[in-house]
Amino acid sequence: MSADTHSAQSHDAGHGTGHGTMGQLMIGFALAAILTIIPFGLVMGEVEMNRTALVGIIMGLGAIQIVVHLVFFLHLNTRSEEGNTFMATMLALIILVIVLAGSLWVMHNMNTNMMPQHEMDQQIEQMKSLQSQQG
Amino acid sequence: MANAQPAETFSPIFGRLTLDWIPYHEPILIATFAGVALGGLVVLALMTYFKLWGPLWRDWVTSVDHKKIGIMYMVLGFIMLIRGFADALMMRAQQAMAAGEAAGYLPPHHFDQVFTAHGVIMIFFVAMVFVTGIMNYVMPMQIGARDVAFPFLNNFSFWMTVAGALLVNISLFVGEFARVGWLAFPPLSGASYSTGPGMDYYLWALQIAGVGTTLSGINLIATVLKMRAPGMKLMDMPIFAWTTLITNVLIVVAFPVLTATLALLTLDRYFDFHFFTNDFGGNAMMYINLIWIWGHPEVYILIIPCFGVFSEIVSTFSGKPIFGYKTMVWATACIMVLSFVVWLHHFFTMGSGASVNTFFGITTMIIAVPTGVKIFNWLFTMYKGRVRLEVPMYWTIGFLVTFTIGGMTGVLLAVPPVDFQLHNTLFLIAHFHNVIIGGVVFAVYAAVSYWWPKAFGFQLSDKWGKRSFWLWFTGFYFAFMPLYALGLMGVTRRMNSYPDPAWQPYFIVAAFGAVLILGGIVSTFVNFYVSIRDREQNRVGDDPWDARTLEWATQSPPAPYNFPESFRVNGREAFWQMKQQGFKWSGHYTPIHMPKSTAMGVLIAAAALVFGFAMVWYIWWLAILSFAGMLILGIAHTFNYNRDYYIQTDVIAATEKKGATA
Repeated sequence: MSADTHSAQSHDAGHGTGHGTMGQLMIGFALAAILTIIPFGLVMGEVEMNRTALVGIIMGLGAIQIVVHLVFFLHLNTRSEEGNTFMATMLALIILVIVLAGSLWVMHNMNTNMMPQHEMDQQIEQMKSLQSQQG
Repeated sequence: MANAQPAETFSPIFGRLTLDWIPYHEPILIATFAGVALGGLVVLALMTYFKLWGPLWRDWVTSVDHKKIGIMYMVLGFIMLIRGFADALMMRAQQAMAAGEAAGYLPPHHFDQVFTAHGVIMIFFVAMVFVTGIMNYVMPMQIGARDVAFPFLNNFSFWMTVAGALLVNISLFVGEFARVGWLAFPPLSGASYSTGPGMDYYLWALQIAGVGTTLSGINLIATVLKMRAPGMKLMDMPIFAWTTLITNVLIVVAFPVLTATLALLTLDRYFDFHFFTNDFGGNAMMYINLIWIWGHPEVYILIIPCFGVFSEIVSTFSGKPIFGYKTMVWATACIMVLSFVVWLHHFFTMGSGASVNTFFGITTMIIAVPTGVKIFNWLFTMYKGRVRLEVPMYWTIGFLVTFTIGGMTGVLLAVPPVDFQLHNTLFLIAHFHNVIIGGVVFAVYAAVSYWWPKAFGFQLSDKWGKRSFWLWFTGFYFAFMPLYALGLMGVTRRMNSYPDPAWQPYFIVAAFGAVLILGGIVSTFVNFYVSIRDREQNRVGDDPWDARTLEWATQSPPAPYNFPESFRVNGREAFWQMKQQGFKWSGHYTPIHMPKSTAMGVLIAAAALVFGFAMVWYIWWLAILSFAGMLILGIAHTFNYNRDYYIQTDVIAATEKKGATA
């Protein structure tokens, strides 16, 4: 019971561009594999580096991984469904950035304004002792 | 009765539900229950007497026709409006009485439930339901489609919304409702401060209705993008179809945030998590941040379709195309994106620094610009037009005046230092009622009077329509202008009683305004009654308003298939062009492929209602059973291959000749 309910009307909407070629899938597979091996290697090989940098690299590779999956496996491009798929993805991305970055900014700002640092440290200590009491 | 909550007990069969939770000691509720039960019995008896059960089931409950579903949404909206407005009257009466030493007639325990129920019902089960109903009814016909993209999903969405509404109403007679305000901020709404089932009714009612809302959003987006008549480009669509598209994009983007936030709160309450508690690393401010990320787009979800309604009405009754079509579309698109960057203005006072507050203050002022553009577009559409002052036009002009005032107080509130004075005062209450009544309610009334002849083939009474308008219009000003004044004096919202008797005269005027609005609502129902009674005298043709968009090319009421033939659209205002060119259907019909009715939507929603009730009362066996039921019914439906039929050419020819009968 979908669009074909209205067979009396023909649509000039272009449909998707199929499921991609074997070559595309293979490129996607290779990229996905590399992007998985690097972070695993970094952690399992216990590579010497700054912890923040390590987390940054892993998160960054994860983000690239998402793009690889979208492009090579879900066939996101600017043409399919008259570009609607691409537009929807871009909107989702913008909203995601707004919501995540905005929330981090807002909550960080409130934390610094509402809780002086030494009080917060005290509270964390209290919390830890409470938790250890509760087992 | 401040401590009216029964003791917490648990039995494996009934969960925590005991007879003590039936509020038979509260006279107000007993009287209400008697009224509802009596009214219900009368309806049941009449339905049985006139043998209406079969037709109700066949033609309405199981129908997947977008027009029937749209009308059912409107019926649900009006029923819930009565419930929500009864709450409003109770609050106005309480605050008019409870000055100085007086305590009024509502104990705090009850008063807190009343204001929570009022907010929840008015937003989720009145405003949302009304705009979804109008979009459902009008948009597919405006783009020349036969139905929405997923007709079964549409039926299912509607019944999920009904299930949510029913759950809220069940809380009136079994247990209690939440006492936390319409957005249920923790820690008050958390497990430690909201014991009892009230808060859980809130959570499950909104989650169940939210499924319906989100699915309906996806459905209507797909409809606009894929079901337009051949030749109709996006930029050829009527403004209302545009606003429908943008509203539903907002729904699909924003509602998952609400679902996730409420799910986290549910985990806090049911599984002792600590997302939003004050201890163990929880942060209640995160809830407020998240809920407003949904909450601000939500108010635009309500108002944007209303802008569409007014655009159609202004253009039709001015006899002109809408002024600045493209600016109208782009203004709406701007609002869509901007509505995601203003959420913090709901909690300027929570403790952000100057930089954050300034940013969100400025974005809030910026979002007023595209809205202002629209106001001018409507004014310029009327300018030098042949304006016909029919009832829908009354509502439109009432809207333009009222909404502009509400918009200006909104920009005032966007200034953080001003907001620090006015936050959580009645000034805020007056502001958002100003835009929601002046915007959404007036639009719904305008839409009902405008599209009623399309839906039923006869017009509503002019006399009662105007009475309803004047009562609502004056009633609004009497009810909310005093609240602006009180807010400036520093009176906070949600007060059960107050010490200063000097405030009482304002509250009495506000209560008088509420009574005027009651008159407006009563006039509406009288209007429906007299118009249906005199329908034979009020019959009109297919295009009574000399309108410009495609829904008026169908019969009144439209045949199940809307349009008998496929046709091409070239450019905007397709129906106006067709009329200029003397368009007639060719009479060469081909069989029309249509979806069949199905009972599965209402059955799954019924299982969801049982599931919600079981979760509220901790009746675990029933929850598991009903959840499994939902899954099994859903899977069973995928094996139903008998979903469609054809309307044959002779039936189409006969229908087109005599006019539709439905």
